[in-house]
Amino acid sequence: MARESGEAGALKSCEVRKRTKRKSKKESKSRVVRAGGAQEPHKRYANNKIKTTKYTLLSFLPKNLFEQFHRFANVYFVFIALLNFVPVVKAFQPVLALAPVIFILSVTAIKDLWEDYRRHRSDTEINHMDCLVYCQSQRRYVEKYWKQVRVGDFVRLRCNEILPADVLLLSSSDPDGLCHIETATLDGESNLKQRQVVRRFLDLDCEFDPSKYDSVIECEKPNNDLGRFRGYIIHRNGKRDGLNKDNLLLRGCTIRNTEEAVGIVIYAGHETKSMLNNNGPRYKRSKLERQMNIDVFWCVIILLVMCLFSAIGHGLWMFQYGETRPVFDVLSPGGTDLSPALSAVYLFLTMIIVFQVLIPISLFVSIEIVKICQVYIIHQDVELYDEETDSHLQCRALNITEDLGQMQYIFSDKTGTLTENKMVFRRCAVAGIEYSHDANARRLAMYQELDSEEEDCTSHGGTLPRRDSTGSHQSARVVLRSQSTKSHRRTGSRAEAKRASILSKHTAFSSPMEKDVTPDPQLLDKVNDCASQMEFMRLHAQPLAQLPSELSDIIDFFVALAICNTVVVSSPNQPRQKVRMRFELKSPVKTIEDFIKRFTPSRLTSGSNSSSSSSLATRSSAPRAGSSLLSSPSTEGTLLRLEEEKSPGPLEGSFRPVPPHSASEEAELRYEAESPDEAALVYAARAYKCALVGRLPDQVTVELPHLGKLTFELLHTLGFDSTRKRMSVVVRHPLTDEITVYTKGADSVIMDLLRPPTSDDTKGKRQRKTLYKTQNYLNLYAANGLRTLCIAKKVLSKEDYAAWLKSHLAAETTIQGREELLFESALRLETDLQLLGATGIEDRLQDGVPETIASLRKAGLQIWVLTGDKQETAINIAYACKLLDPEEEIITLNADSQEACAVLLEESLHYIRSKFLCDAPEQATRAPQDDPSSLPVLVHRLGLVIDGRTLAYALDRSLEDRFLAVARSCRSVLCCRSTPLQKSMVVKLVRNKLKVMTLAIGDGANDVSMIQVADVGVGISGQEGMQAVMASDFALPRFQYLQKLLLVHGHWCYSRLANMILYFFYKNAMFVALIFWYQFYCGFSGSAMIDQWFLIFFNLMFSAFPQLITGTLDKDVSAETLQDRPQLYMSGQNSEEYKPYMFWMNMIDAFYQSLVCFFIPYFAYSDSDVDLFTWGTPITSLALFTILLHLGIETKTWTWLNWASIAFSVALFLTIALCYNASCPSCYPPSNPYWTIQRQLANPLFYLLCLITPVAALLPRYFYRACQGTLFPGPVQLGRQLDRLPPEARRSALGQTKVTGGHHFASQPPLYHIPGFFCNHGAEGYKKREASTDSAKEGVGLSGGTATAEGGWGPDAKRSGLPPEVDTLLYLQGDASDGRSYANAAVAPSGFSLADRATPPPPFTQHECVPLTTAATCVQSAPGGEGLGLPPSTATRPEGRTADSLETTLL
Amino acid sequence: MMASSYSTKEEDGHQSGAPGPGGGVNAKSRKPDNTAFKQQRLPAWQPILTAGTVLPAFFIIGLLFIPIGIGLYVTSNNIKEYEIDYTGVDMSSPCFNCSQNYSWNSTKPCRCSVSFSLDQPFESNVFMYYGLSNYYQNHRRYVKSRDDSQLNGNLNALKDPSKECEPYRMNDGLPIAPCGAIANSLFNDTLELYYNDPNGTKTLIKLVKTGIAWWTDKHVKFRNPVGDGSNLSAVFQGTTKPVNWQKYVYQLDSDPDNNGFINEDLIVWMRTAALPTFRKLYRIIEKQGDATPTLPRGNYTLLVTYNYPVRSFEGRKRMILSTISWMGGKNPFLGIAYITVGSVCFFLGVVLLIIHHKYGSRSNNADISS
Repeated sequence: MARESGEAGALKSCEVRKRTKRKSKKESKSRVVRAGGAQEPHKRYANNKIKTTKYTLLSFLPKNLFEQFHRFANVYFVFIALLNFVPVVKAFQPVLALAPVIFILSVTAIKDLWEDYRRHRSDTEINHMDCLVYCQSQRRYVEKYWKQVRVGDFVRLRCNEILPADVLLLSSSDPDGLCHIETATLDGESNLKQRQVVRRFLDLDCEFDPSKYDSVIECEKPNNDLGRFRGYIIHRNGKRDGLNKDNLLLRGCTIRNTEEAVGIVIYAGHETKSMLNNNGPRYKRSKLERQMNIDVFWCVIILLVMCLFSAIGHGLWMFQYGETRPVFDVLSPGGTDLSPALSAVYLFLTMIIVFQVLIPISLFVSIEIVKICQVYIIHQDVELYDEETDSHLQCRALNITEDLGQMQYIFSDKTGTLTENKMVFRRCAVAGIEYSHDANARRLAMYQELDSEEEDCTSHGGTLPRRDSTGSHQSARVVLRSQSTKSHRRTGSRAEAKRASILSKHTAFSSPMEKDVTPDPQLLDKVNDCASQMEFMRLHAQPLAQLPSELSDIIDFFVALAICNTVVVSSPNQPRQKVRMRFELKSPVKTIEDFIKRFTPSRLTSGSNSSSSSSLATRSSAPRAGSSLLSSPSTEGTLLRLEEEKSPGPLEGSFRPVPPHSASEEAELRYEAESPDEAALVYAARAYKCALVGRLPDQVTVELPHLGKLTFELLHTLGFDSTRKRMSVVVRHPLTDEITVYTKGADSVIMDLLRPPTSDDTKGKRQRKTLYKTQNYLNLYAANGLRTLCIAKKVLSKEDYAAWLKSHLAAETTIQGREELLFESALRLETDLQLLGATGIEDRLQDGVPETIASLRKAGLQIWVLTGDKQETAINIAYACKLLDPEEEIITLNADSQEACAVLLEESLHYIRSKFLCDAPEQATRAPQDDPSSLPVLVHRLGLVIDGRTLAYALDRSLEDRFLAVARSCRSVLCCRSTPLQKSMVVKLVRNKLKVMTLAIGDGANDVSMIQVADVGVGISGQEGMQAVMASDFALPRFQYLQKLLLVHGHWCYSRLANMILYFFYKNAMFVALIFWYQFYCGFSGSAMIDQWFLIFFNLMFSAFPQLITGTLDKDVSAETLQDRPQLYMSGQNSEEYKPYMFWMNMIDAFYQSLVCFFIPYFAYSDSDVDLFTWGTPITSLALFTILLHLGIETKTWTWLNWASIAFSVALFLTIALCYNASCPSCYPPSNPYWTIQRQLANPLFYLLCLITPVAALLPRYFYRACQGTLFPGPVQLGRQLDRLPPEARRSALGQTKVTGGHHFASQPPLYHIPGFFCNHGAEGYKKREASTDSAKEGVGLSGGTATAEGGWGPDAKRSGLPPEVDTLLYLQGDASDGRSYANAAVAPSGFSLADRATPPPPFTQHECVPLTTAATCVQSAPGGEGLGLPPSTATRPEGRTADSLETTLL
Repeated sequence: MMASSYSTKEEDGHQSGAPGPGGGVNAKSRKPDNTAFKQQRLPAWQPILTAGTVLPAFFIIGLLFIPIGIGLYVTSNNIKEYEIDYTGVDMSSPCFNCSQNYSWNSTKPCRCSVSFSLDQPFESNVFMYYGLSNYYQNHRRYVKSRDDSQLNGNLNALKDPSKECEPYRMNDGLPIAPCGAIANSLFNDTLELYYNDPNGTKTLIKLVKTGIAWWTDKHVKFRNPVGDGSNLSAVFQGTTKPVNWQKYVYQLDSDPDNNGFINEDLIVWMRTAALPTFRKLYRIIEKQGDATPTLPRGNYTLLVTYNYPVRSFEGRKRMILSTISWMGGKNPFLGIAYITVGSVCFFLGVVLLIIHHKYGSRSNNADISS
């Protein structure tokens, strides 16, 4: 970021400096900003220096201690340590007792200090970044540090600079007053956003001169809403201009594509929006930790009981001597006699000190260390690394790794999580005619092959040194990308280039798949036809209305595709240079005067082509009138290509995977879209030669065949929002000069907004027919898993527009409630639309999604998909990713009202009960692995589909229990059309009501709330920016990594930590109990035979390392087996590694072991001349050996680290003991253990004890483990045995399960990629199956039963007083559980309000699927049928079944 | 709070402009190293505890422990030990009178003699112990009531003993040497052993009173303060005797090498016993020659100067004569323990063998087929 301030100074031209008069307006609701950073009001505002550190050098100690004492455990330990200073109760040397506490506190303090230092360093780094600030005195821009920037300063920003503060854009080098910024640091969206210079500054003729600036800005106080900025600027002449978020450049963003911009600082430092948005990291407490805390609590109780017992014992002991004090019962220091009772009270406190080890002081620290190590190891997993995005798993929450092993419910977003979120244009229907784009489909299939081949290549290339191969790969990519890299890369350093490549990859939103759309030849013909006709008409000055409506629809359709979006066009090859061809009018229309000026009647009535308002259009198209084919090389090129394509034949010839010759020119245009489907549509339009070539705030330029470049004057853009589910642009059509509204949106919404067809005439009929057909096609698209969008338009009369505009402008200028008003204004505009067509965009499944889902489900996880997509699309994706099984029944809940919803839920509950109670035995054999034992309700082979509206009712407090009852008995739940809020409500409901562990995974901003609510939030760091990642606890590059994350790392982390915690409790209890037993032999006097040093450092040092190693590295089952046997995950779900009884078992074992460790030395030394610590030292050693060996029994994997750590522990103990006992003959009262251990080591008795005691102590546990391993081995144990098998045998053993894991599918394209209507295939398959089954009767019986049930509902619904038109669309299709048959039902629930269209099922759907429903009746009742003729999707089922039954032996 | 998330952001590499490590301009791939440690593929031994795998361990332990146990048991049984209680609880016992009328303060020594006979001769060196029962020398307040610095000959500590010695720190304004409850309650019975020859004469058996304490205690831990002269009484000038003592500390023995703080009886007493029933080495009876046993079989008389009161807390006083072996005094426990544990292991091994034969194959089959 080197720059010369001299250069900056040269820019200064104006000399006059004016100071605005200071107004003493009390700043209460708003902030006032004037020029000049040093002025009075600005002093009150935060400056730009950021300080994110918590401490200063002075405040560190008190503040840090204060914070640490918020943790109860620390207070407790300090309390104990301080207690030791009280002479009457003290047990140890006071200073020594402080040691562990100080150690723990200082470890934490050092960690905090380090973190704070890092923050400080980064703060300094940021504070000392340079930027150009206008200096009032020097009258030029000078270089200053960021921290010197103040509110009111003018900053000059150049391309690629990062904004130092929130800046109001006043000037830009861009001729249109635009400034592009990249907001990836804020919201993660990596596309460029346009920001506009404040109007009025745009009109300046010369360069913006800060010294002439004298306006006052009044805006709202700092807040953290990134998407909002309100305020106005008051000019000297008293005029006001509204300011909005389009004028504000936010701190942290990067200037792109703009040479230079100047702005005034509005918010600085901590008051900037980005800083206000930095919320602290979340602290979550894992389930295991909660469980552990209960047991810590129990430990406290045990401790108190032990202390109380000792105290009472001491009291009694003293009491028995009565008045005569024995010689060994020493008086209190004061020489006074202590009464037994008082002595007992003192002793109670002493015992708390002595037994403090029972509350494991180091447990908390150890857990944290282990978790950090676990996180590190997860980070390092190369299998969770995605080469493509160069990203690996991020653990953002450090303290919930073990929760990953205990998940029970997964809530997944669909788009971008299950799917790639790489949108591919697949089909469209225009004016009621479908264009199936077969060639396109084939090309896509080809891409898939290419993809897989490429993968093969890279994996083969793995023999090369890894670094090199990736390096060369990268550089190759850089070379490729550098062409498309934006011009703002000034320096050519490799690193920067690579960053650019990553950036551009993110921004582009476009894989080659999206960019290259092979047009449907038929449609292409029509487009050409239409364009040439229009050309002809324009030449002959005929009104365009004469164009056949189909053709005009087609051209409108593509125009809408091209312009109804917010896609930014950039041509990367040359710097962004715009010919300054300004209109006299600046749009979007902002004022009434503006409007009047622009739409004066005279102009409006004047001829369309001569209108000066479309001067550019005329100018650019006029010369082409004569020779349109020659004027533009690109047009020429496309036409040439078109002819080439035509020649070989309509079908085969038109198929070009990558048209090489067109790439050179067309690839120059890069589209930067906010959402990938927008980009897909624009690319699709481009394939039809309707290419978007430029977008400015006030105009959109589209290049059409024959017609050349047409410039649409952009009057308004009504952006997309999730409530309206549509977006619109208002443009003035350059050809007709009409004000046209193009709307693009979800079909359900658009269909409701269409103008009802005029009743009688042919046009109306045709319209209705088109509508009807389009709806059918939409259903079909949805059934094929495509995302559907409807395109509509509306022509506004000038008067209507004027009327609307007036209200709209009013809405725009209000400060309060602007959003709502704008929303209403948009609603007013988007009515009476005319349908143009519909598009189907494919959202491809991510790799490995079906396999992942299958294996997660086998792991006992309930998977719910919550998506904003429409029901049909969602269901289809659900089938494709094996979330729904074709053999499952699907319950569909669509209700229009609360009551209907209640009835529906009641009925389905009733149905589930009646159905699954009567054939319970069948159920038991069929899906034994489906029911997690923790749930009392069986999980049936049922799918539940619920839409957003019904979900809203179902989530009502009165219905939520019933909804849950239904949902939990279903194997999979699909919530469609759900809003972000609903998503989080569902998660919250399930989490709170069912008391289960929930995981939410998603990639977009709409998943953030869900991710935050769930126990574990996982973000996909994929296409849609970083919001989800920022909110998440873990961020994965791809969905399929979830499998390894949960099944392997989750399992490991959980079992490691669970075992470690249990071991910790055991260890402390065992050690403390030794002292407790001793109390019986020392008159409950609180004496300890274990030296105080050993007592205090035992946990901290001697026994600490092995358990840390085990807690970090132990693997109970290998990663391969865990992934191949997802069932093993259930052990974590059911908390099998750490159940409450295990704590008590461990406690009992601890007491047993301590008894052994105490009494064997006791008897061995009984009635001997042994002294206190000579006797205590062997006990300490024995306890240490026993504890280490105990860990050895519990350790499943012995690496050299385990051996080393155990050896180290023993060595450390011996070394310290030897040194300590040899160091000082008169220190360390009262134990003065001088030469004790040395004598013990010379005593054979010591070794004899060391041999027998651990053996005797561990015998029961060892024996129990051995018996358990043989007699009733758990699944985990069997998994371990699998690990031990020789590779071949293991492979064969695992091979059987592989089939169920769904690895078959990898070679098959996902279901909906099968060209044609797969309904047919399915039906055939089922027909064959029907023939082979012998239990068809049963199936019929069952379906009959359902039929009656179904019949029963209708009256029921009516009885409950529902209006008859309520469509009680409970799609319980009996045993016709082949869910694809929903296709014929899909029309009805789609919310299509025109009843006449909704009722007759679309003919083709019915035709395709009717046989299927009948055939499928027997599907479910054919268990174990040999699936010979099954479609690929179900072919694996039989093997799966056998494997399932085998699994039952395993489980 | 805010801060840490800010820095996290930086780590994520979005603060592209920030130079240094925080920047996202990261030339090298972030791909993790494919090392065995990082990928958790360290070569490992994975023992699986089943009946089959642990069988050998049980048998080996059993076969190892039973012989050791037998050896220990035999060794322990070879140790000769004789114990006699001279507390005088019973009316009939010779020391009854002494035990009845004695307290710490009485100045007149009470003597009693106890006769006993040894059935077997004690061949090697015989260790003579006094044993106390129900005497909680391990009481917390008792154990710490001492000043090691004083005992180590520190002159400052001599004049100003540690607070730990309270309430036996000062007496009449003078510091107590040695201070503290332990020293105060020094065992002060005098035991003399006579051999009653069959011919009727009583021979005083020579009791060696040095070498009974740890070498390190005698030479390192306990030291007399170094004063102006060799006269101990001068060194201890300005201190007083413990309350219960009849003599000053420099009067404990005539031998200057066994007087003052380095008196071995004191040193032995100061090493507080671990358990309420304990013995302490009192004297050593050294073997005179190869020909005669140290203590031939026959009748003996123990002459007790009964000074130490234990009746008030129902304590017992014993005199123990014992030979020792390499594993210490007579204690059959360890041998029995080894035999027991060994047998249990062996038994469990058999049980496991049965389990293994009956069920072991089942589990193996199960895991392979499943």
